[in-house]
Amino acid sequence: MKRTLWVILLIALAAFPWIGNNYALRLVTIMMLYCVLALSWNFIGGLTGYPSFATAAFFGLGAYTGAICQGQGVPMVVAWVIGSLLAAVFATGLGLAILRLRGHYFAIASLVVADVLREIVNSATPLTGGGMGFNLPILKLGVDAQAKLFYYLMLGLALLTIAVALFVNRHRLGFGLRCIKQNEDAANMIGINATVYKTIAFTLSAVFVGGAGAFYASWVNYIEPGDVFDVLFSVKPIVMVLLGQAGTVAGPIIGAVVFLLMEELVWRNFLTFHAGVLGLIVVGLIFFLPDGLLALPARRFRLWRGKP
Amino acid sequence: MFYLQVLVNGIVLGGLYACIAVGFSLVWGVLNVINILHGTFIVIGSYVAFFAYVHLGIHPFLSIPIAAAILFLLAYAIQRGLINRVIAAPVLTTLTLTFGLDLFLNNLLILAFKADYRKVILDPPLGVLTLGGITIPIDRLSAMGLALLLTGLLFWVLDASRVGRAIVAVRMDREAAALMGVKVNKIYALTFAIGAVMAGAAGSLISLIYPISPLNNVMFLGKAFIICVLGGLGSVPGAMLGGLTLGVLESFGALVFGSEHAVTLAFIVLILFLLFRPTGIIGKRGYE
Repeated sequence: MKRTLWVILLIALAAFPWIGNNYALRLVTIMMLYCVLALSWNFIGGLTGYPSFATAAFFGLGAYTGAICQGQGVPMVVAWVIGSLLAAVFATGLGLAILRLRGHYFAIASLVVADVLREIVNSATPLTGGGMGFNLPILKLGVDAQAKLFYYLMLGLALLTIAVALFVNRHRLGFGLRCIKQNEDAANMIGINATVYKTIAFTLSAVFVGGAGAFYASWVNYIEPGDVFDVLFSVKPIVMVLLGQAGTVAGPIIGAVVFLLMEELVWRNFLTFHAGVLGLIVVGLIFFLPDGLLALPARRFRLWRGKP
Repeated sequence: MFYLQVLVNGIVLGGLYACIAVGFSLVWGVLNVINILHGTFIVIGSYVAFFAYVHLGIHPFLSIPIAAAILFLLAYAIQRGLINRVIAAPVLTTLTLTFGLDLFLNNLLILAFKADYRKVILDPPLGVLTLGGITIPIDRLSAMGLALLLTGLLFWVLDASRVGRAIVAVRMDREAAALMGVKVNKIYALTFAIGAVMAGAAGSLISLIYPISPLNNVMFLGKAFIICVLGGLGSVPGAMLGGLTLGVLESFGALVFGSEHAVTLAFIVLILFLLFRPTGIIGKRGYE
């Protein structure tokens, strides 16, 4: 029964470009992008319990690497892979350095990484175009074909991320990461190499985001530092995961979908105050949905049974 | 002589930085909350000074109490009503909460005042002081003096007053302080409000020097982070030392690497400190 539902959903998603209009197609493409971001953050933030704000850094790094490679004449697909891998390598090195920090200190160290990269990109004008941004080579494809292409690419990336997330969730890696979240010292004691596990989680939180960044660059054709290193790329995935449920696979996906729908509604109706409304949603989330949407049925069940 | 001028510029800037960071450091140290709102509090202080000067003719130095009072009430209400409810939650929760509040408050500021840059321009200007070949604008110098004075005042309040001792006690050991009869929740709200007061005062002083815009909040917040890590968390002398270090570092960094790399340099120093000396230059915890 459950499997049939999944198959139907997959077929619907695969057929979507021929059903929906371009607006809907764009919306669902962004939805896939958000799924990738949320699931990626979940590796380090949800499973391991390290409040990482480095997502924007990985996204921007992937976007710029992909863009510059393409600008140098590297084939598009190769450029995407390079963007993704460079983000992963960068995350491994960065993780080895800053994953020794805990709590607020880790949060801040990861937060400033995007700022540093943005400043570097801003000042390396000959290579990156600096503040003027970077124009990518234009694809020789029609508008509709391009929209469909990037839809399928994002869909593929999202499915890949989901597959890896499911695998990690069942694998001993996921178990180890949950142990680290609960008590890192105790995890070390029972033979989990916390440094290696954390670094793997941090790398996993970068590799797909870097790929998504590279796709994004090719998709929008023009990137600039303030756009792809935007701190909101770090914050939104966190909100999505908290909205769904941290530490699960379904939670981040549901969070990403609901978040996108809310964001779209808010954008439409509060053009000059959308950031403010987003802030209110975040505040409301923390007070009224501290365990996420997935915890709601259980909560209602408990109330119904008369237990607190 | 030239290097001396750069050094003096750095120190003048550093005095203001100390005032920016000390409230942030206090809240972080006592409540264990990273207050993302801090930058926006500073911006509010700047706007109070701007409007008090433009509409009422009150000199920015004299409008500090007004900014302080407004921010005290606002911050006390925010802490008591919202942050206190999740104060025991994990880091991510309080961080996300203050981030959400900041999005909201900052957007309100943009709606109310637009994102235009404004600046308090004194009429007549205070002029410059030339001392043995070194030039210092008097508005900057007096702003730095007041900033250091206010920071010193905070140190005295924490050191000598009953409330101050209670705050320090909560910082050292919350449970023990509670057992001694300190009302911890009240102290939390008060500390948060005092942190906002320092932000408001810093904002008033800065209105003379930096352009005012709601969009500056991130810059101030970033500086406060760095200063806290440089000087050591949660102590007034630490914030002072961190502020002065950052000021001098930025002036010399701008000289050597060019001003476009000043931010990068500051962040690299931040990461190095986080890795190798997370307790800061002083390397001592608390207010002892």
